[in-house]
Amino acid sequence: MIKIVKRDQPSRAIFFFTPVLAIFLTLVAGGLIFFILGFKPFEALKFFFIVPIADKYGFSELLLKATPLCLIAIGLSFCFKSNNWNIGAEGQLTFGAIVSGGVALLFYEQEGFYILPTVILAGAIGGMLYASIPAILKTYFNTNEILVSLMLVYVSKLILDYLVVGPWSNPEGFNFPETRQFSDSAKLPLLFEGLRIHAGIFLALAAVVISWFVFYKTYLGFQMKVSGFSLKTAKYAGYKGKKMIILVFLISGACAGLAGVGEITGPIGQLHREISPDYGFTAIIVAFLGRLHPVGIIFASLVVAITYLGAETAQIFMQIPKYTGQVFQGMILFFLLASDYLLFFKIKFIGLKK
Amino acid sequence: MIIDINFIGLIIASIMASAVPLILASCGELITERSGVLNLGVEGMMIIGAISGFALMTVTGSLIIAIFGAMLAGVLISTIFAFLTQTLITNHVATGLALTIFGIGISAMIGKNFVGIPGKEFPVLFEGLKDIIPLLGPILFGHSIVFYFAFALPFITSYFLKKTKIGLIVRAVGDSPESASNQGINVRLVRYACILYGGAMSGLAGAYLSMIYTPQWIENMTGGRGWIALALVVFSTWNPIKILIGAMIFGGLTIIQFHMQAIGVRIPVQFLTALPYIVTIIVLVVISRDSRKIRLSTPSSLGKSFHKDN
Repeated sequence: MIKIVKRDQPSRAIFFFTPVLAIFLTLVAGGLIFFILGFKPFEALKFFFIVPIADKYGFSELLLKATPLCLIAIGLSFCFKSNNWNIGAEGQLTFGAIVSGGVALLFYEQEGFYILPTVILAGAIGGMLYASIPAILKTYFNTNEILVSLMLVYVSKLILDYLVVGPWSNPEGFNFPETRQFSDSAKLPLLFEGLRIHAGIFLALAAVVISWFVFYKTYLGFQMKVSGFSLKTAKYAGYKGKKMIILVFLISGACAGLAGVGEITGPIGQLHREISPDYGFTAIIVAFLGRLHPVGIIFASLVVAITYLGAETAQIFMQIPKYTGQVFQGMILFFLLASDYLLFFKIKFIGLKK
Repeated sequence: MIIDINFIGLIIASIMASAVPLILASCGELITERSGVLNLGVEGMMIIGAISGFALMTVTGSLIIAIFGAMLAGVLISTIFAFLTQTLITNHVATGLALTIFGIGISAMIGKNFVGIPGKEFPVLFEGLKDIIPLLGPILFGHSIVFYFAFALPFITSYFLKKTKIGLIVRAVGDSPESASNQGINVRLVRYACILYGGAMSGLAGAYLSMIYTPQWIENMTGGRGWIALALVVFSTWNPIKILIGAMIFGGLTIIQFHMQAIGVRIPVQFLTALPYIVTIIVLVVISRDSRKIRLSTPSSLGKSFHKDN
């Protein structure tokens, strides 16, 4: 007999164990899907999760993809911890990229040490501006932040499209929907010869350290935790709810904007239509998988980054459709949420005792 | 200048046609939300419906199998959501997001082999009557069965919620699951049913897109309509009749965009495409500004999990 018993307290060990369980279950389910599609499950999984990161270049690509995911997820963890559902990070990333790209184009063919910091700052400000829209509408007009932040994703992509097709398109570019290449002074330096990994990874690591400090060592972090746990308690304690909402949105907007800067001044080097393969949405999964904990998010961003690489590799070597990556991402979140059941409930096997 | 009165009729009919998927998905989600469940997976369920309908139509050749198959696909995918949120008591927002990501991925995976295949013609009703009455003819006649169903649905939904016993139970579960449970109502069962119904309607909305509105399969062809449908539910303040008005406004915005381009209005096409999303935000702000009013019309337990201790 199996009996389900409610736990007195959520189990802390299981809190950190369930993400691992979720990844394992995703692999099993993924193997099953491959089998149904007519592929050899173990071979497919190998091409998906091991082959892409087996060499130096692959590992660099992994870090390249994990960087924006980690950065955005860190920002989102501020929002999610305090019960604010910012799901428009993709839009904030895009708008940050637009603003910083515009600044980078102003410095076209110019050199100077001040250019890169200005471009980076512009991206953070762009992301913050864009995130402030749902934040202000939520605090002062009581508007649902989920829908507003999401609608703004579509708007930002259309703004980008307008700019790269129209006013900002490369005059010598034969009408391709792209801007000029940024000058070298506006690009993030590469870390190793021949690899694409760039200095943007330090932005992500800095975000990890700062967020850890804010979450666990400051009064603000404590306030956020309380508000996330119970808005009523937070109100009772006299916390300034509106200010906090705006603050967490600005932080997550800045992080998403920085992720956008990292993409366009790193591997891309210009603005065009497809600057992000939905990093902003995938980062939501990363934030949850990392348990909204800075260190957890590092690991989660690496795991989820593999799904991007694996999808590409599996498509090349086994003709597995590349969308399998998204299916894996959805499944990870499903299994993670499902296994959270174990946090609150114990499954007891009765009648097995001797 | 003489304006052809039938031309105006045709424009109105095209606005109505583009409102159909929004009405279907919104009315489905409205029932789900009335039972206290917030399912953000509408976009995912819709795209699954779109590919299932199109694929079944291509493979079986039967429109009936395709339409009902798409609804069944919506039900199946929403079962995942129902099981997670109701049985395993997961967070509604996160689970809905997962459903959308998963749905978009799965649909693209299935749809790989259906890109570029032409669709089939879907039969329309009362085509002969179209030219008999000026203006009203093109508005009222010559549409698919799904079109007529969609415009009847808000009224059916309204009647169901207000006048039937089951409708009353759904509302009771959404407004106060505790008291409903004390009255002997199986809250979990009611919510399961409402989630699956929402899935069926989203599936139908998707099938309408891929089989009737633009009969072909394009990746991501729902293009955010699922999210607009969610916004429409808020816009309607959970009143099905108002969904009709909202869907017509958004349908109008979509259609105006085509005509403005045709007339040669010098507005960037991207701005016109962005218009429905921007208007959605403005409308949400206007509707939600009065926090007291919105609190009165929102199902009280919306998005909150309910667990009955054994």
